[in-house]
Amino acid sequence: MSGQGGVQYSKIAEIKGPLVIVDDVDNAAFDELVEIETKDGERRLGKVLEVGNGKAIVQVFEGTTGLSIAATNAKFVGKVMEMPVSREVLGRVFDGLGRPKDGLPDPIADSFIDINGEPMNPEQREYPKDFIQTGVSVIDGMITLVRGQKLPIFSGSGMSHNLLAAQIARQASVIGTQDDFAVVFAAIGVQYSEAEYFRRSLEESGALKRSVLFLNTADDPAIERIITPRVALTVAEYLAFELGMHVLVILTDMTNYAEALREISAAREEVPGRKGYPGYLYTDLSTIYERAGKLNGKKGSVTQVPILSMPSDDITHPIPDLTGYITEGQIVLGRDLFRQGVYPPVNILMSLSRLMKDGIGEGSTRADHGEISNQVYDAYSRAQEVRALAGIVGKAGLTDIDLKYMDLGDMFENQFLSQATDENRTIEETLGILWKLVSKLPKNEITKIKDKYVEQYYQEE
Amino acid sequence: MAAQGRIVWVSGPAVKADGMSEAKMYETVTVGDSKLVGEVIRLTGDVAFIQVYESTSGLKPGEPVIGTGNPLSVLLGPGIIGQLYDGIQRPLRELSKASGSFIGRGITTTPVDMTKKYHFVPTVSNGDEISAGNIIGTVQETDLIEHSIMVPPDHKGGKISNLVSEGDYDLETVLATTEKDGVQVELKMYHKWPVRKPRPYKNRYDPTVPLLTGQRVIDTFFPIAKGGTGSIPGAFGTGKTVTLHQIAKWADSQVVVYIGCGERGNEMTEVLVEFPHLQDPRTGKPLMDRTVLVANTSNMPVAAREASIYTGVTIAEYYRDMGKDVVLVADSTSRWAEALREMSGRLEEMPAEEGYPSYLASRLAEFYERAGRVKAAGSPDRDGSVTLIGAVSPSGGDFTEPVTTHTMRFIKTFWALDAKLAYSRHYPSINWMNSYSGYLADIAKWWGENINQDWLSLRSEVYGVLQREDTLKEIVRLLGPEALPDEEKLILEVARMVKIGLLQQNSFDDVDTYCSPEKQYKLMKLLVDFYRKGQQAIKEGTPLADIRAMNSITQLLKARMDVKDDEMPKLDKLESDMAAEFKTITGVKVSN
Repeated sequence: MSGQGGVQYSKIAEIKGPLVIVDDVDNAAFDELVEIETKDGERRLGKVLEVGNGKAIVQVFEGTTGLSIAATNAKFVGKVMEMPVSREVLGRVFDGLGRPKDGLPDPIADSFIDINGEPMNPEQREYPKDFIQTGVSVIDGMITLVRGQKLPIFSGSGMSHNLLAAQIARQASVIGTQDDFAVVFAAIGVQYSEAEYFRRSLEESGALKRSVLFLNTADDPAIERIITPRVALTVAEYLAFELGMHVLVILTDMTNYAEALREISAAREEVPGRKGYPGYLYTDLSTIYERAGKLNGKKGSVTQVPILSMPSDDITHPIPDLTGYITEGQIVLGRDLFRQGVYPPVNILMSLSRLMKDGIGEGSTRADHGEISNQVYDAYSRAQEVRALAGIVGKAGLTDIDLKYMDLGDMFENQFLSQATDENRTIEETLGILWKLVSKLPKNEITKIKDKYVEQYYQEE
Repeated sequence: MAAQGRIVWVSGPAVKADGMSEAKMYETVTVGDSKLVGEVIRLTGDVAFIQVYESTSGLKPGEPVIGTGNPLSVLLGPGIIGQLYDGIQRPLRELSKASGSFIGRGITTTPVDMTKKYHFVPTVSNGDEISAGNIIGTVQETDLIEHSIMVPPDHKGGKISNLVSEGDYDLETVLATTEKDGVQVELKMYHKWPVRKPRPYKNRYDPTVPLLTGQRVIDTFFPIAKGGTGSIPGAFGTGKTVTLHQIAKWADSQVVVYIGCGERGNEMTEVLVEFPHLQDPRTGKPLMDRTVLVANTSNMPVAAREASIYTGVTIAEYYRDMGKDVVLVADSTSRWAEALREMSGRLEEMPAEEGYPSYLASRLAEFYERAGRVKAAGSPDRDGSVTLIGAVSPSGGDFTEPVTTHTMRFIKTFWALDAKLAYSRHYPSINWMNSYSGYLADIAKWWGENINQDWLSLRSEVYGVLQREDTLKEIVRLLGPEALPDEEKLILEVARMVKIGLLQQNSFDDVDTYCSPEKQYKLMKLLVDFYRKGQQAIKEGTPLADIRAMNSITQLLKARMDVKDDEMPKLDKLESDMAAEFKTITGVKVSN
């Protein structure tokens, strides 16, 4: 231990992986922020994972490369990690720990907020039901997004999730309102080019000055990724619940986050759950995803669109699996559609928006919305069965009605699903295409729509 | 003397404290300067291992730990109904008064409003001999709930004196005193009970009465009995939560306890927003007047998630003891098992399958064994039941994982949700080949006596069609549908109709969301009718295409949405229309 300006520094006893074990600790708290200082004055940040019996296990965000036992000291800062926030964060670019990365000085802070946040009291939540028009037909029509929802995109390597997320960020609007909105973008271990694509996309649409970017790219320290979504959400919560803005948060790629978590768990020699991920992965992910929502008596909202790439496109992999159990639905991109060149390549049968039922219908979209989308889900799933059957018995072995379903399947992909990245369709246009599809079926196949809507919207040939 | 120790180690929700030789296993303690609530789960020498029910961020070694002398208990008395509690029975509405929109730490509140006055009507008199479980009077808790004030189950009995007269009293008022062997005990409107200890009862009955949920695939195909156990496993997106909400809404029980155990915050909010506006179909009163919510959402502290299951089931048993039928739904038991796993890992116990502790199975068994239809302790005689329904969230949708497999050993009704059905928007996505109900034989008697004698044979016939379809599908997959003769194609057609017209149910449709037993029976009968007439028609040479083109089919498939419960004559008309249409198509054949 050495005194320095009244501040106590402790010695390092052990360094392994992303962890350092600090000796002779007598006043450290669980979760406390730690500054690690090397001999040549470099400072890194970390936090206490475990403390007791004179030792503290500290996770170093920037990694332990270059640290030595003899020449490194640790200082316990006496508080948990906080993010300085104010309206000035809008338009700024930060690194993965929330430090300015755009060459500008620190924003002047109105307050400092614990980045871990506190759980929202379910009693104080306001149930989300404001329809967000994204202008993307398949989302608005079939997997409707509402304000305060957490709706992830399950993608695979190389697929067009970034295009889709950027299109949502540019086009998202709530019909008939002129509320303050903001975009918070957190890049978690993605390639520089992907982060840059988002930045440019926001810039071109003029949304950059209403955006806050947190960038931890692939070449940045891996352990920092534990912090990146948390600082981003801390800022989002501040903008939403203190300043009353409607905030869309895009987190990409959550798979990299989970891998950083696994690295720390392995270094701590914890008993692993599935595929080496820690048993608490679900709980840990929930402390990120559950930070979406609306609150009673507060104007703003936090809507999350996390992106994750499914390893080998496997939806049962622990990361998409546990994510799906927490989020309110999922938008699943399909490799087959992507190969066919369909954009957005959304596999609607595997996709779902749990909050859709409350965001649609009379007064928000249109009274027939729920039933028409049910019918199209049903018809498209039938089309897939028929396609599989045609693969065996050939088209000749199909009945007339089977062929109608097959046509409907093709039309769904070519006319409804497919759209340009700058094409912004209204909900009326979207529902119009859905009715056009359903009108390909004879009326007695329509079992999920009430007669009055069939009479009103069915287009006789 | 209460234990007083000091923290020596902190890691997440786990804390070790020394100087705790006075502490007892499962005693609650206050931890640290901010007085967090914790529970002792292991004792080694004078070191206590404590699971803390609140976030331990900022906790330091050296801070005090103080024992309370009591195990983790819930307060049982009027005022529970309509509440939203966290896992250790702190009312979330009160917490928000103390800490706003987000949940703060170290807040103490009482589970119910102790100063609220209830109109107490005594049912005993001074001088009566009473014993544990006896009802001494009643209060009206909500419009729907008459709340019996019971002598606590651990009471030693005695002669009653100082009984108050009928009138308005708050919870702390001494309503009466009892005396036995010179020991005086005060009775109030409430008592406390440790959550990990099942409440005693006189004896247990076999569950033979169905719990009607208004969900056709449950009531008609895989019924559950009052006092029974059921489990609903399914991958994400298969509709577990919606099905549980449906049961909580429409089950014919007097009290519903809904536990959100490690699940989404918005789901609890949905119940809170929706239930006050929904009417109980039997009484016309708001559903919230019979519902208690226990919410420990996924991002709330993990140890309290473990406790939430016990908190909920103890409240359920309390209302059971009043002679009520109680349904408890727990969404999801997998998150509870994960909480066990996390604490077990921090205790450095030897893990069994997939890191779960070896006692996972016995904990699940203990939980489900708290279900049952019982004669309550004490007098007057009364029968009540607790039905336990647990969701399971198997990782990757794999039913061979430990929580699902162990749960299957201890439950009798199994509703297997199927991702494939959900993907094709067949809801509820309960797979009819993999699900089962161990109560079917007993419950068939009820249907036979109350609805119609041929219920069981109709059900078997419909189920037979589904089983035949399952085999035929294999052939179709290999050879195409044209390889089948018309009789077998008819089976495929009827199976499709059973799926759309009976098994599927739209919980968001005002009419379809709840289906009365009479309507369930009638829809089933119509489908069987169609099947028999169709078979006959094909035997007589009518082409299948003519049958497929019948107008009645669409009518029959939409009847679940179009015909309200009080419009049964419409179904009779459908029956006669269908018969007439069959006559026409077969008649045309004859006239040729």
